[in-house]
Amino acid sequence: MTLLEIRDLRVTFGRRRDPFVAVDGVSLSVGAEETLGLVGESGSGKTTVARCVAGLQRPDAGTVTFEGRPLERVGRRPAELQRAVQMVFQDPRSSLNPRMNVASIIGEAWRTHPSAAPSGDRTAALHALLADVGLDPDVATRRPGDLSGGQCQRVSIARALAVRPRLLVCDEAVSALDVSVQAQILRLLVDLRRTHHLAMLFISHDLGVVHQIADRVAVMRRGEVVEEGPASDVLGAPQHEYTRALLDAALDLDDAGSVTA
Amino acid sequence: MTAAVTLDAPLATARRRRTGWLGKVPYVVVGLYLLVALIGPLLIDYDPVHTPLEDRLLSPGSTTADGGTAWLGTDDLGRDILAQIVYGARTSVLIGIATVGVASIVGLLLGAVAGYARGWLDAVLARIFDVLLAFPAILLAIVIAGAFQRSILLVVVALSATAWISFARVTRSVALSLRERAWVDASRVLGVPQRSILWRHILPFTAGPVVALATLEFALVVLGEAGLSFLGIGLPSSTVSWGQTIANGKTYLETAWWISTLPGIALSLLIINVGILGDQLTARYGRGRRDP
Repeated sequence: MTLLEIRDLRVTFGRRRDPFVAVDGVSLSVGAEETLGLVGESGSGKTTVARCVAGLQRPDAGTVTFEGRPLERVGRRPAELQRAVQMVFQDPRSSLNPRMNVASIIGEAWRTHPSAAPSGDRTAALHALLADVGLDPDVATRRPGDLSGGQCQRVSIARALAVRPRLLVCDEAVSALDVSVQAQILRLLVDLRRTHHLAMLFISHDLGVVHQIADRVAVMRRGEVVEEGPASDVLGAPQHEYTRALLDAALDLDDAGSVTA
Repeated sequence: MTAAVTLDAPLATARRRRTGWLGKVPYVVVGLYLLVALIGPLLIDYDPVHTPLEDRLLSPGSTTADGGTAWLGTDDLGRDILAQIVYGARTSVLIGIATVGVASIVGLLLGAVAGYARGWLDAVLARIFDVLLAFPAILLAIVIAGAFQRSILLVVVALSATAWISFARVTRSVALSLRERAWVDASRVLGVPQRSILWRHILPFTAGPVVALATLEFALVVLGEAGLSFLGIGLPSSTVSWGQTIANGKTYLETAWWISTLPGIALSLLIINVGILGDQLTARYGRGRRDP
Protein backbone atom coordinates (compact mmCIF):
# COMPACT_ATOMS: atom_id res chain seq x y z
CA MET A 1 0.00 0.00 0.00
CA THR A 2 1.32 3.40 -0.88
CA LEU A 3 1.71 5.84 1.95
CA LEU A 4 3.48 8.74 0.27
CA GLU A 5 2.98 9.50 -3.37
CA ILE A 6 4.96 12.19 -5.19
CA ARG A 7 3.74 13.00 -8.71
CA ASP A 8 5.60 15.08 -11.29
CA LEU A 9 7.11 17.35 -8.67
CA ARG A 10 8.72 20.48 -10.03
CA VAL A 11 10.46 23.18 -8.00
CA THR A 12 12.27 26.21 -9.32
CA PHE A 13 14.23 28.90 -7.54
CA GLY A 14 15.26 32.41 -8.45
CA ARG A 15 14.01 34.84 -11.03
CA ARG A 16 10.95 34.21 -13.11
CA ARG A 17 12.83 34.92 -16.34
CA ASP A 18 15.70 32.55 -15.75
CA PRO A 19 14.75 30.10 -13.02
CA PHE A 20 16.97 27.43 -11.59
CA VAL A 21 15.15 24.11 -11.83
CA ALA A 22 15.95 22.25 -8.62
CA VAL A 23 13.46 19.42 -9.06
CA ASP A 24 12.24 18.55 -12.53
CA GLY A 25 9.31 16.17 -12.73
CA VAL A 26 10.12 13.78 -9.93
CA SER A 27 7.68 10.95 -9.16
CA LEU A 28 8.32 8.69 -6.19
CA SER A 29 6.33 6.59 -3.79
CA VAL A 30 6.94 5.19 -0.33
CA GLY A 31 4.92 2.28 0.99
CA ALA A 32 3.83 1.79 4.58
CA GLU A 33 6.79 0.82 6.79
CA GLU A 34 9.06 1.02 3.78
CA THR A 35 12.33 2.94 3.59
CA LEU A 36 13.13 4.71 0.37
CA GLY A 37 16.72 5.85 0.02
CA LEU A 38 17.22 8.96 -2.09
CA VAL A 39 20.78 9.42 -3.27
CA GLY A 40 22.64 11.80 -5.54
CA GLU A 41 25.42 14.36 -5.43
CA SER A 42 24.89 17.74 -3.77
CA GLY A 43 22.67 20.02 -5.81
CA SER A 44 20.76 17.13 -7.32
CA GLY A 45 17.52 18.21 -5.64
CA LYS A 46 17.24 15.57 -2.91
CA THR A 47 16.79 18.04 -0.08
CA THR A 48 14.23 20.05 -2.05
CA VAL A 49 12.14 16.91 -2.46
CA ALA A 50 12.39 16.32 1.28
CA ARG A 51 11.33 19.91 2.06
CA CYS A 52 8.32 19.58 -0.23
CA VAL A 53 7.25 16.42 1.57
CA ALA A 54 7.73 18.07 4.96
CA GLY A 55 5.77 21.11 3.75
CA LEU A 56 8.62 23.61 4.08
CA GLN A 57 8.78 24.26 0.35
CA ARG A 58 5.91 24.87 -2.01
CA PRO A 59 6.31 23.02 -5.32
CA ASP A 60 5.71 24.92 -8.55
CA ALA A 61 3.92 21.94 -10.01
CA GLY A 62 3.03 18.40 -9.12
CA THR A 63 1.37 16.86 -6.11
CA VAL A 64 2.41 15.19 -2.90
CA THR A 65 -0.21 12.97 -1.29
CA PHE A 66 -0.30 11.00 1.93
CA GLU A 67 -2.71 8.07 1.81
CA GLY A 68 -4.42 9.87 -1.04
CA ARG A 69 -4.80 13.16 0.86
CA PRO A 70 -2.89 16.14 -0.50
CA LEU A 71 0.08 17.40 1.53
CA GLU A 72 0.05 21.16 1.35
CA ARG A 73 2.42 23.58 3.01
CA VAL A 74 2.83 22.63 6.63
CA GLY A 75 0.78 25.50 8.04
CA ARG A 76 -2.24 24.47 5.99
CA ARG A 77 -2.18 20.79 6.84
CA PRO A 78 -4.75 19.40 9.22
CA ALA A 79 -3.20 18.54 12.58
CA GLU A 80 -3.17 14.79 11.96
CA LEU A 81 -1.23 15.21 8.70
CA GLN A 82 1.19 17.56 10.45
CA ARG A 83 1.78 14.81 12.96
CA ALA A 84 2.03 12.06 10.37
CA VAL A 85 5.05 13.51 8.55
CA GLN A 86 8.08 14.51 10.62
CA MET A 87 11.61 15.38 9.65
CA VAL A 88 15.13 14.95 11.02
CA PHE A 89 17.65 17.49 9.81
CA GLN A 90 21.29 17.33 8.83
CA ASP A 91 22.94 19.54 11.44
CA PRO A 92 22.13 18.07 14.86
CA ARG A 93 23.16 21.21 16.75
CA SER A 94 21.25 23.84 14.84
CA SER A 95 18.10 21.73 14.68
CA LEU A 96 17.58 22.34 18.40
CA ASN A 97 16.91 25.78 19.86
CA PRO A 98 20.04 26.43 21.99
CA ARG A 99 18.05 28.31 24.63
CA MET A 100 15.62 25.50 25.40
CA ASN A 101 16.35 22.38 27.40
CA VAL A 102 15.49 18.95 26.13
CA ALA A 103 12.33 18.68 28.23
CA SER A 104 10.88 21.89 26.83
CA ILE A 105 11.89 20.94 23.27
CA ILE A 106 9.89 17.72 23.57
CA GLY A 107 7.20 19.55 25.55
CA GLU A 108 6.70 21.95 22.66
CA ALA A 109 5.88 19.03 20.38
CA TRP A 110 3.29 17.78 22.84
CA ARG A 111 1.85 21.25 23.41
CA THR A 112 1.46 21.72 19.67
CA HIS A 113 -0.30 18.38 19.25
CA PRO A 114 -2.23 17.62 22.44
CA SER A 115 -3.70 14.57 20.71
CA ALA A 116 -0.23 13.03 20.66
CA ALA A 117 0.66 14.06 24.21
CA PRO A 118 0.77 11.40 26.90
CA SER A 119 -2.38 11.36 28.99
CA GLY A 120 -0.71 10.48 32.29
CA ASP A 121 2.58 11.50 33.85
CA ARG A 122 4.48 13.63 31.35
CA THR A 123 7.82 13.23 33.10
CA ALA A 124 7.57 9.46 32.97
CA ALA A 125 6.53 9.65 29.32
CA LEU A 126 9.44 11.97 28.58
CA HIS A 127 11.89 9.57 30.22
CA ALA A 128 10.40 6.67 28.29
CA LEU A 129 10.73 8.60 25.04
CA LEU A 130 14.34 9.48 25.80
CA ALA A 131 15.03 5.83 26.65
CA ASP A 132 13.55 4.92 23.27
CA VAL A 133 16.25 6.91 21.53
CA GLY A 134 18.95 5.71 23.89
CA LEU A 135 19.28 8.75 26.17
CA ASP A 136 19.46 8.92 29.97
CA PRO A 137 16.65 10.68 31.86
CA ASP A 138 19.08 13.32 33.17
CA VAL A 139 19.46 14.63 29.60
CA ALA A 140 15.98 16.17 30.02
CA THR A 141 17.29 19.18 31.93
CA ARG A 142 20.24 19.82 29.63
CA ARG A 143 20.49 22.26 26.77
CA PRO A 144 21.75 21.37 23.29
CA GLY A 145 25.06 23.11 24.00
CA ASP A 146 25.82 20.56 26.73
CA LEU A 147 25.14 17.59 24.47
CA SER A 148 27.29 15.86 21.87
CA GLY A 149 26.32 15.86 18.20
CA GLY A 150 25.05 12.28 18.45
CA GLN A 151 22.98 13.10 21.54
CA CYS A 152 21.52 16.16 19.79
CA GLN A 153 20.51 14.00 16.85
CA ARG A 154 18.87 11.53 19.25
CA VAL A 155 16.91 14.43 20.77
CA SER A 156 15.84 15.53 17.27
CA ILE A 157 14.64 12.01 16.58
CA ALA A 158 12.81 11.94 19.92
CA ARG A 159 11.11 15.25 19.10
CA ALA A 160 9.93 13.79 15.78
CA LEU A 161 8.72 10.58 17.46
CA ALA A 162 6.93 12.53 20.20
CA VAL A 163 4.00 13.20 17.88
CA ARG A 164 3.92 9.55 16.72
CA PRO A 165 4.57 10.13 13.01
CA ARG A 166 4.09 7.52 10.29
CA LEU A 167 6.61 8.88 7.84
CA LEU A 168 10.02 10.12 8.91
CA VAL A 169 11.93 12.27 6.45
CA CYS A 170 15.65 12.03 7.23
CA ASP A 171 17.57 14.70 5.35
CA GLU A 172 21.23 13.69 5.56
CA ALA A 173 20.43 12.81 9.17
CA VAL A 174 23.75 11.09 9.83
CA SER A 175 26.03 12.97 7.44
CA ALA A 176 27.27 15.54 9.97
CA LEU A 177 28.21 12.90 12.55
CA ASP A 178 31.50 11.10 12.80
CA VAL A 179 31.64 7.53 11.63
CA SER A 180 31.16 5.62 14.89
CA VAL A 181 28.25 7.85 15.94
CA GLN A 182 26.85 7.56 12.44
CA ALA A 183 26.64 3.79 12.83
CA GLN A 184 24.88 4.14 16.20
CA ILE A 185 22.26 6.56 14.91
CA LEU A 186 21.73 4.41 11.84
CA ARG A 187 21.15 1.37 14.05
CA LEU A 188 18.76 3.42 16.19
CA LEU A 189 16.78 4.42 13.11
CA VAL A 190 16.59 0.81 11.95
CA ASP A 191 15.29 -0.24 15.39
CA LEU A 192 12.79 2.62 15.65
CA ARG A 193 11.48 1.91 12.19
CA ARG A 194 10.54 -1.57 13.35
CA THR A 195 9.18 -0.68 16.80
CA HIS A 196 7.26 2.40 15.67
CA HIS A 197 6.14 1.01 12.28
CA LEU A 198 7.71 3.96 10.47
CA ALA A 199 8.04 4.57 6.80
CA MET A 200 11.14 6.57 5.90
CA LEU A 201 12.35 8.83 3.18
CA PHE A 202 16.07 8.60 3.80
CA ILE A 203 18.20 11.13 1.98
CA SER A 204 21.94 10.83 1.79
CA HIS A 205 24.86 11.30 -0.53
CA ASP A 206 26.58 8.38 1.17
CA LEU A 207 25.76 5.20 -0.75
CA GLY A 208 27.14 2.98 2.00
CA VAL A 209 24.78 4.46 4.57
CA VAL A 210 21.80 4.18 2.23
CA HIS A 211 22.69 0.58 1.46
CA GLN A 212 22.42 -0.28 5.16
CA ILE A 213 18.95 1.16 5.71
CA ALA A 214 16.99 1.44 2.47
CA ASP A 215 14.59 -1.13 1.04
CA ARG A 216 14.41 0.71 -2.25
CA VAL A 217 16.72 3.34 -3.69
CA ALA A 218 16.09 6.22 -6.08
CA VAL A 219 19.03 8.02 -7.68
CA MET A 220 18.67 11.72 -8.47
CA ARG A 221 20.73 13.81 -10.82
CA ARG A 222 20.10 17.45 -11.72
CA GLY A 223 16.55 17.34 -10.40
CA GLU A 224 15.51 14.11 -12.10
CA VAL A 225 15.27 10.53 -10.94
CA VAL A 226 17.58 8.54 -13.20
CA GLU A 227 17.20 5.13 -11.62
CA GLU A 228 14.92 3.51 -9.08
CA GLY A 229 14.54 0.01 -7.74
CA PRO A 230 15.25 -2.37 -4.86
CA ALA A 231 18.37 -1.36 -2.94
CA SER A 232 20.33 -4.47 -3.80
CA ASP A 233 19.61 -4.08 -7.53
CA VAL A 234 20.39 -0.38 -7.80
CA LEU A 235 23.51 -0.48 -5.67
CA GLY A 236 24.56 -3.98 -6.68
CA ALA A 237 23.93 -3.92 -10.40
CA PRO A 238 23.35 -0.30 -11.45
CA GLN A 239 21.74 0.21 -14.84
CA HIS A 240 22.33 3.94 -15.31
CA GLU A 241 25.82 5.21 -15.97
CA TYR A 242 25.39 8.01 -13.40
CA THR A 243 24.69 5.45 -10.66
CA ARG A 244 27.77 3.54 -11.75
CA ALA A 245 29.81 6.72 -11.64
CA LEU A 246 28.52 7.49 -8.13
CA LEU A 247 29.38 3.98 -6.97
CA ASP A 248 32.81 4.13 -8.57
CA ALA A 249 33.51 7.45 -6.93
CA ALA A 250 32.53 6.00 -3.54
CA LEU A 251 34.73 2.96 -4.12
CA ASP A 252 37.67 5.11 -5.21
CA LEU A 253 37.42 7.07 -2.00
CA ASP A 254 37.23 3.89 0.04
CA ASP A 255 40.33 2.52 -1.70
CA ALA A 256 42.20 5.76 -1.24
CA GLY A 257 41.18 5.73 2.41
CA SER A 258 42.50 2.22 2.97
CA VAL A 259 45.82 3.06 1.27
CA THR A 260 46.49 6.12 3.39
CA ALA A 261 45.30 4.33 6.51
CA MET B 1 33.34 21.04 22.02
CA THR B 2 35.80 21.02 24.88
CA ALA B 3 38.65 21.65 22.45
CA ALA B 4 36.84 24.68 21.08
CA VAL B 5 36.32 26.05 24.59
CA THR B 6 39.96 25.74 25.57
CA LEU B 7 41.00 27.36 22.31
CA ASP B 8 38.59 30.25 22.70
CA ALA B 9 39.41 31.07 26.30
CA PRO B 10 42.93 32.55 25.90
CA LEU B 11 41.79 34.64 22.92
CA ALA B 12 38.94 36.11 24.91
CA THR B 13 41.08 37.03 27.90
CA ALA B 14 43.72 38.55 25.64
CA ARG B 15 41.13 40.80 24.08
CA ARG B 16 39.80 41.82 27.46
CA ARG B 17 43.25 42.59 28.81
CA ARG B 18 44.04 44.82 25.87
CA THR B 19 40.97 46.94 26.59
CA GLY B 20 42.12 47.23 30.19
CA TRP B 21 40.79 49.73 32.69
CA LEU B 22 40.19 52.31 29.94
CA GLY B 23 37.42 50.10 28.62
CA LYS B 24 35.60 50.37 31.93
CA VAL B 25 35.54 54.20 31.93
CA PRO B 26 32.29 54.50 29.93
CA TYR B 27 30.57 52.02 32.26
CA VAL B 28 31.61 54.10 35.28
CA VAL B 29 30.64 57.43 33.73
CA VAL B 30 27.28 56.22 32.47
CA GLY B 31 26.67 54.58 35.84
CA LEU B 32 27.40 57.89 37.58
CA TYR B 33 24.96 59.74 35.35
CA LEU B 34 22.27 57.17 36.10
CA LEU B 35 22.99 57.51 39.81
CA VAL B 36 22.79 61.31 39.65
CA ALA B 37 19.58 61.12 37.62
CA LEU B 38 18.09 58.70 40.10
CA ILE B 39 18.99 60.16 43.50
CA GLY B 40 20.29 63.66 42.67
CA PRO B 41 16.84 65.29 42.59
CA LEU B 42 16.14 63.82 46.04
CA LEU B 43 19.13 65.59 47.54
CA ILE B 44 18.92 68.95 45.76
CA ASP B 45 15.84 71.16 45.76
CA TYR B 46 15.07 73.05 42.61
CA ASP B 47 12.07 75.05 41.54
CA PRO B 48 12.20 76.63 38.07
CA VAL B 49 9.64 79.24 39.11
CA HIS B 50 11.61 80.37 42.18
CA THR B 51 13.82 83.17 40.84
CA PRO B 52 15.95 84.95 43.47
CA LEU B 53 16.97 87.88 41.26
CA GLU B 54 19.57 89.15 43.78
CA ASP B 55 21.58 86.01 42.95
CA ARG B 56 21.51 86.42 39.18
CA LEU B 57 24.60 85.61 37.09
CA LEU B 58 26.77 84.55 40.03
CA SER B 59 30.01 82.88 38.96
CA PRO B 60 30.81 79.31 40.06
CA GLY B 61 31.68 79.08 43.77
CA SER B 62 29.94 82.34 44.81
CA THR B 63 27.87 82.66 47.95
CA THR B 64 24.17 83.25 47.42
CA ALA B 65 21.99 85.71 49.34
CA ASP B 66 20.55 82.97 51.55
CA GLY B 67 24.03 81.85 52.60
CA GLY B 68 24.42 78.80 50.36
CA THR B 69 27.14 78.23 47.80
CA ALA B 70 26.40 78.19 44.06
CA TRP B 71 29.12 75.68 43.16
CA LEU B 72 28.49 75.97 39.43
CA GLY B 73 27.10 79.50 39.43
CA THR B 74 23.61 80.78 38.71
CA ASP B 75 21.74 81.81 35.58
CA ASP B 76 20.15 85.12 34.58
CA LEU B 77 17.22 84.52 36.94
CA GLY B 78 19.39 83.48 39.88
CA ARG B 79 18.64 79.77 39.57
CA ASP B 80 21.35 77.29 40.52
CA ILE B 81 23.18 75.70 37.54
CA LEU B 82 24.23 72.57 39.47
CA ALA B 83 20.58 71.86 40.31
CA GLN B 84 19.62 72.41 36.68
CA ILE B 85 22.27 69.95 35.54
CA VAL B 86 21.11 67.33 38.05
CA TYR B 87 17.43 67.73 37.19
CA GLY B 88 18.31 67.87 33.49
CA ALA B 89 20.14 64.55 33.84
CA ARG B 90 16.95 63.00 35.17
CA THR B 91 14.94 64.44 32.28
CA SER B 92 17.45 63.21 29.70
CA VAL B 93 17.64 59.70 31.15
CA LEU B 94 13.85 59.44 31.46
CA ILE B 95 13.22 60.64 27.91
CA GLY B 96 16.03 58.42 26.61
CA ILE B 97 14.73 55.28 28.29
CA ALA B 98 11.10 55.96 27.34
CA THR B 99 11.94 56.68 23.70
CA VAL B 100 14.31 53.75 23.30
CA GLY B 101 11.68 51.53 24.96
CA VAL B 102 8.91 52.58 22.60
CA ALA B 103 11.18 52.54 19.54
CA SER B 104 12.68 49.13 20.30
CA ILE B 105 9.31 47.47 20.86
CA VAL B 106 7.87 48.86 17.63
CA GLY B 107 11.07 48.14 15.70
CA LEU B 108 11.47 44.63 17.09
CA LEU B 109 7.92 43.64 16.19
CA LEU B 110 7.91 45.10 12.68
CA GLY B 111 11.45 43.92 11.93
CA ALA B 112 10.85 40.40 13.18
CA VAL B 113 7.61 40.12 11.26
CA ALA B 114 9.25 41.40 8.07
CA GLY B 115 12.26 39.10 8.39
CA TYR B 116 10.23 36.07 9.29
CA ALA B 117 7.40 36.51 6.80
CA ARG B 118 9.61 37.34 3.79
CA GLY B 119 7.69 37.62 0.51
CA TRP B 120 5.57 40.69 -0.28
CA LEU B 121 5.08 41.72 3.35
CA ASP B 122 8.84 41.89 3.84
CA ALA B 123 9.28 43.74 0.55
CA VAL B 124 6.73 46.39 1.58
CA LEU B 125 8.05 46.80 5.14
CA ALA B 126 11.69 46.86 4.05
CA ARG B 127 10.94 49.63 1.52
CA ILE B 128 9.15 51.61 4.23
CA PHE B 129 12.19 51.24 6.52
CA ASP B 130 14.49 52.41 3.74
CA VAL B 131 12.37 55.41 2.79
CA LEU B 132 12.01 56.53 6.41
CA LEU B 133 15.72 56.03 7.01
CA ALA B 134 16.50 58.41 4.18
CA PHE B 135 14.46 61.09 5.95
CA PRO B 136 16.55 63.29 8.30
CA ALA B 137 15.55 62.19 11.80
CA ILE B 138 15.83 65.54 13.56
CA LEU B 139 13.81 67.28 10.84
CA LEU B 140 10.94 64.85 11.27
CA ALA B 141 11.14 65.28 15.05
CA ILE B 142 11.04 69.08 14.66
CA VAL B 143 7.98 68.87 12.42
CA ILE B 144 6.11 66.61 14.82
CA ALA B 145 7.19 68.44 17.97
CA GLY B 146 6.51 71.85 16.45
CA ALA B 147 3.01 70.99 15.30
CA PHE B 148 1.56 70.23 18.74
CA GLN B 149 1.45 71.54 22.29
CA ARG B 150 4.77 70.99 24.10
CA SER B 151 4.75 67.95 26.40
CA ILE B 152 6.98 65.10 27.51
CA LEU B 153 4.79 62.57 25.69
CA LEU B 154 5.05 64.55 22.46
CA VAL B 155 8.85 64.63 22.67
CA VAL B 156 8.95 60.86 23.19
CA VAL B 157 6.64 60.33 20.20
CA ALA B 158 8.57 62.73 17.99
CA LEU B 159 11.89 61.08 18.78
CA SER B 160 10.49 57.53 18.55
CA ALA B 161 9.08 58.33 15.12
CA THR B 162 12.48 57.79 13.56
CA ALA B 163 14.38 55.86 16.23
CA TRP B 164 12.44 52.64 15.67
CA ILE B 165 13.71 52.27 12.12
CA SER B 166 17.22 51.17 13.08
CA PHE B 167 15.73 48.59 15.44
CA ALA B 168 13.47 47.32 12.70
CA ARG B 169 16.34 47.02 10.24
CA VAL B 170 18.63 45.20 12.64
CA THR B 171 15.89 42.86 13.84
CA ARG B 172 14.82 42.16 10.28
CA SER B 173 18.29 41.13 9.17
CA VAL B 174 18.80 38.97 12.26
CA ALA B 175 15.38 37.37 11.76
CA LEU B 176 16.15 36.75 8.08
CA SER B 177 19.21 34.72 8.97
CA LEU B 178 17.64 33.01 12.00
CA ARG B 179 14.76 31.88 9.85
CA GLU B 180 17.12 29.62 7.94
CA ARG B 181 18.16 27.81 11.11
CA ALA B 182 17.12 24.19 11.26
CA TRP B 183 15.38 24.63 14.63
CA VAL B 184 12.95 27.06 13.02
CA ASP B 185 12.31 24.58 10.20
CA ALA B 186 11.92 21.80 12.75
CA SER B 187 9.25 23.68 14.68
CA ARG B 188 7.48 24.57 11.44
CA VAL B 189 7.34 20.89 10.47
CA LEU B 190 5.92 20.17 13.93
CA GLY B 191 3.17 22.67 13.19
CA VAL B 192 4.11 25.13 15.95
CA PRO B 193 2.01 28.31 15.40
CA GLN B 194 3.85 31.18 13.68
CA ARG B 195 3.43 33.45 16.68
CA SER B 196 5.12 30.97 18.98
CA ILE B 197 7.95 30.43 16.50
CA LEU B 198 8.55 34.18 16.35
CA TRP B 199 8.33 34.55 20.12
CA ARG B 200 10.28 31.48 21.20
CA HIS B 201 12.63 30.61 18.36
CA ILE B 202 13.52 33.98 16.81
CA LEU B 203 13.05 36.96 19.12
CA PRO B 204 15.27 35.73 22.00
CA PHE B 205 18.23 35.63 19.64
CA THR B 206 17.87 39.25 18.62
CA ALA B 207 18.55 40.43 22.19
CA GLY B 208 22.32 40.95 21.83
CA PRO B 209 22.30 43.19 18.74
CA VAL B 210 19.20 45.02 19.95
CA VAL B 211 20.72 45.86 23.34
CA ALA B 212 23.86 47.12 21.65
CA LEU B 213 21.79 49.26 19.30
CA ALA B 214 19.60 50.52 22.15
CA THR B 215 22.68 52.03 23.80
CA LEU B 216 23.69 53.88 20.65
CA GLU B 217 20.13 55.06 20.09
CA PHE B 218 19.93 56.27 23.68
CA ALA B 219 22.78 58.71 22.97
CA LEU B 220 21.08 59.95 19.82
CA VAL B 221 17.77 60.41 21.61
CA VAL B 222 19.32 62.40 24.47
CA LEU B 223 20.99 64.62 21.90
CA GLY B 224 17.75 64.93 19.97
CA GLU B 225 15.81 65.95 23.08
CA ALA B 226 18.41 68.57 23.97
CA GLY B 227 18.19 69.84 20.41
CA LEU B 228 14.41 70.17 20.49
CA SER B 229 14.48 71.89 23.88
CA PHE B 230 17.21 74.24 22.70
CA LEU B 231 14.96 75.24 19.80
CA GLY B 232 12.12 75.81 22.25
CA ILE B 233 9.83 73.15 20.79
CA GLY B 234 10.80 70.36 23.15
CA LEU B 235 9.80 70.02 26.74
CA PRO B 236 7.48 72.53 28.44
CA SER B 237 9.48 75.20 30.30
CA SER B 238 8.37 73.80 33.66
CA THR B 239 10.54 70.73 32.98
CA VAL B 240 14.25 71.26 33.44
CA SER B 241 16.28 70.23 30.41
CA TRP B 242 19.90 70.71 29.40
CA GLY B 243 18.78 72.01 26.03
CA GLN B 244 16.75 74.81 27.65
CA THR B 245 19.53 75.77 30.05
CA ILE B 246 22.01 75.96 27.18
CA ALA B 247 19.57 78.09 25.19
CA ASN B 248 19.01 80.38 28.20
CA GLY B 249 22.70 81.07 28.53
CA LYS B 250 23.50 81.82 24.93
CA THR B 251 22.99 85.58 25.30
CA TYR B 252 25.41 85.62 28.26
CA LEU B 253 28.18 83.58 26.66
CA GLU B 254 30.74 86.39 27.01
CA THR B 255 29.87 87.51 30.54
CA ALA B 256 28.51 84.34 32.18
CA TRP B 257 29.98 81.43 30.22
CA TRP B 258 29.01 78.83 32.85
CA ILE B 259 25.27 78.91 32.09
CA SER B 260 25.63 77.30 28.65
CA THR B 261 29.02 75.66 28.96
CA LEU B 262 28.52 73.48 32.02
CA PRO B 263 25.29 71.77 30.89
CA GLY B 264 26.92 71.44 27.46
CA ILE B 265 29.85 69.59 29.00
CA ALA B 266 27.45 67.38 30.97
CA LEU B 267 25.58 66.58 27.74
CA SER B 268 28.74 65.89 25.72
CA LEU B 269 30.26 63.63 28.37
CA LEU B 270 27.11 61.53 28.54
CA ILE B 271 26.75 61.23 24.75
CA ILE B 272 30.41 60.34 24.21
CA ASN B 273 30.46 57.71 26.93
CA VAL B 274 27.17 56.12 25.95
CA GLY B 275 28.43 56.08 22.37
CA ILE B 276 31.66 54.29 23.34
CA LEU B 277 29.66 51.89 25.48
CA GLY B 278 27.39 51.17 22.53
CA ASP B 279 30.38 50.55 20.29
CA GLN B 280 31.81 48.11 22.82
CA LEU B 281 28.51 46.27 23.10
CA THR B 282 28.16 46.19 19.32
CA ALA B 283 31.63 44.72 18.99
CA ARG B 284 30.74 42.04 21.51
CA TYR B 285 27.09 41.24 20.75
CA GLY B 286 26.46 43.01 17.47
CA ARG B 287 25.25 41.35 14.33
CA GLY B 288 27.65 39.05 12.57
CA ARG B 289 30.31 39.02 15.26
CA ARG B 290 29.15 35.86 16.92
CA ASP B 291 26.67 33.16 16.02
CA PRO B 292 23.52 33.66 18.05
